Amino acid sequence: MNARARLWGAVAIVLAVIWAFPVYWIANSAFQPVEALRSPNPSFLPDFSASGFGRVFDASFVDSLKLSLTVTLLAIVAAVLCGFVAAVAISRFRFRGRRSFIFTVLAIQMIPPEALFISQYKMLNDWGLLNSVVGLGLLYTALILPFTVWMLRGFVDGIPIDLEEAAMTDGCSRTRAFFTITFPLLAPGLVASSVYGFLQAWNEYTLAVVVMDPSNRTLPLWLRGLTDVSNEAVDWPAVMAGATLVATPVIILFMIVQNRMTSGMVGGAVKG
Amino acid sequence: MSSTRLRRKAGPYALLVPATLVLFVGMAYPLGRQLMLSFHEFGRAQQFGQPAPWVGLDNYRELVTDRTMWTVIARSLAFCFVNASITMVLGTLIAVLMKRVATAPRLILQISMLLAWAMPVIAAMTAWQWLFDTRYGLVNWSLRKLGFASFDGHNWLIDPLSFFFVASVIIIWMSVPFVAFTAYAALTQVSEETLEASHLDGATATQRFRHIVYPTIKPVLTIVALLQIVWDLRVFAQINFLQNVGGTPSETHLLGTYIYSLGIGQNDYGSASAMAMFVLVLTLVLTVRYVWSLLKEEPR
Repeated sequence: MNARARLWGAVAIVLAVIWAFPVYWIANSAFQPVEALRSPNPSFLPDFSASGFGRVFDASFVDSLKLSLTVTLLAIVAAVLCGFVAAVAISRFRFRGRRSFIFTVLAIQMIPPEALFISQYKMLNDWGLLNSVVGLGLLYTALILPFTVWMLRGFVDGIPIDLEEAAMTDGCSRTRAFFTITFPLLAPGLVASSVYGFLQAWNEYTLAVVVMDPSNRTLPLWLRGLTDVSNEAVDWPAVMAGATLVATPVIILFMIVQNRMTSGMVGGAVKG
Repeated sequence: MSSTRLRRKAGPYALLVPATLVLFVGMAYPLGRQLMLSFHEFGRAQQFGQPAPWVGLDNYRELVTDRTMWTVIARSLAFCFVNASITMVLGTLIAVLMKRVATAPRLILQISMLLAWAMPVIAAMTAWQWLFDTRYGLVNWSLRKLGFASFDGHNWLIDPLSFFFVASVIIIWMSVPFVAFTAYAALTQVSEETLEASHLDGATATQRFRHIVYPTIKPVLTIVALLQIVWDLRVFAQINFLQNVGGTPSETHLLGTYIYSLGIGQNDYGSASAMAMFVLVLTLVLTVRYVWSLLKEEPR
């Protein structure tokens, strides 16, 4: 290996360290006694005999975990069901209004939550749905639905219609052919779009801040609340343990779908 | 018409009903409602239950003449421009680096970037809050060790410029991986044979980049840059979080947090809605060509 290649290799390693460091620092700080984080010099290696996990795993965490899981599951099930049938329609049928529907879905996908949260707040307020699982779940479903439609549509497109047609010539009805032939092949697509929905809803902060009360917090709000005390009172090992608990499922799932998401976001721009 | 034929014609529309309903209730109805809100005046009386009077375009007129709004817009655009350009340049350079290094360092860099990318935004924010902590933060400790004694107990969030520096570090750290991975994917599409042939024909490295590499990755980079601009215009979570930790909200508002403080904070739903309509239109204007280009490949 020549000197130049080695130099670039070293640059890559330095960058890797910089980018991974904050993640390492969360894990490291979670495994420290409180005093260590209040000492003049930081400890760079975790101390597995002490950790903040025990202190952070209390009733408020369990409440927030339940709330986050309920809202997330509600949004995923609703978005994947609605998204799936819509994806079948735009992939398998040609009909008037099809392109307009796709255009609307893609345009809605671009609208940032900040541009609508005022009226969404007013709307839920009028319907008595502020600070409720149903209200937040509805907003989350609408938030993740556009990309779910787009992603599932790609999966349905990927399954050749010839298979269904062959079954139909053998006497199957169109619906039956779809469900016995195509549907089982769509399992990876349904998993991937559920994971995408999970990541969005689980991490969501903006709408949760707007819609939920401090008494009823999803996990991101709960995590923020941990440092919402006077500086001297912050229990940093516990906060970092909390961050670890929130982040771990996300990191695992993210690794699974990362490829799909990159290609989905860039749409048709990258041609193999 | 036989009933089966009717069923077949209605079929696709029936399949679109659930998604349309959700998008209507969650997005379209609030959008219409927001337009109406922006034509009404919300003051003290409305907090006590009086209906809001219709004021036509007054909220928009007020916003246009309001110094604060122009400051917020200018600040947001500047913040967006700085963050999006640094992210794009760094991300592209890192992609080029990934292409050049051996497999082992490349995998290490990719895993590390994937970790940063996967971090939930609030978990990442708490990590950075802790790193920049006034008394026990690692950043101040390192700067002190390097001989900058003035960073003993230095508060990073009080001064607005310093506040935005911290916000930018976090946002760039979070956004670079997406750019790097996408640009890397695009770079792997560049034809090695063409590069080699042009090399043999005596093309310089600069020429090869300009005429072979750049045209291949340009479409991808354009879209990534567009998404980056749209995302960096609305960095609500990060700014709201940092404002909560410290910092002076009135001097650190960007579009998203300003709308939030007008509407939810001061119950001035009229002005907040007018401002939100501005953000919405700005986003759609920026992205409509991209959406259109996706649609062009659709069969009619």
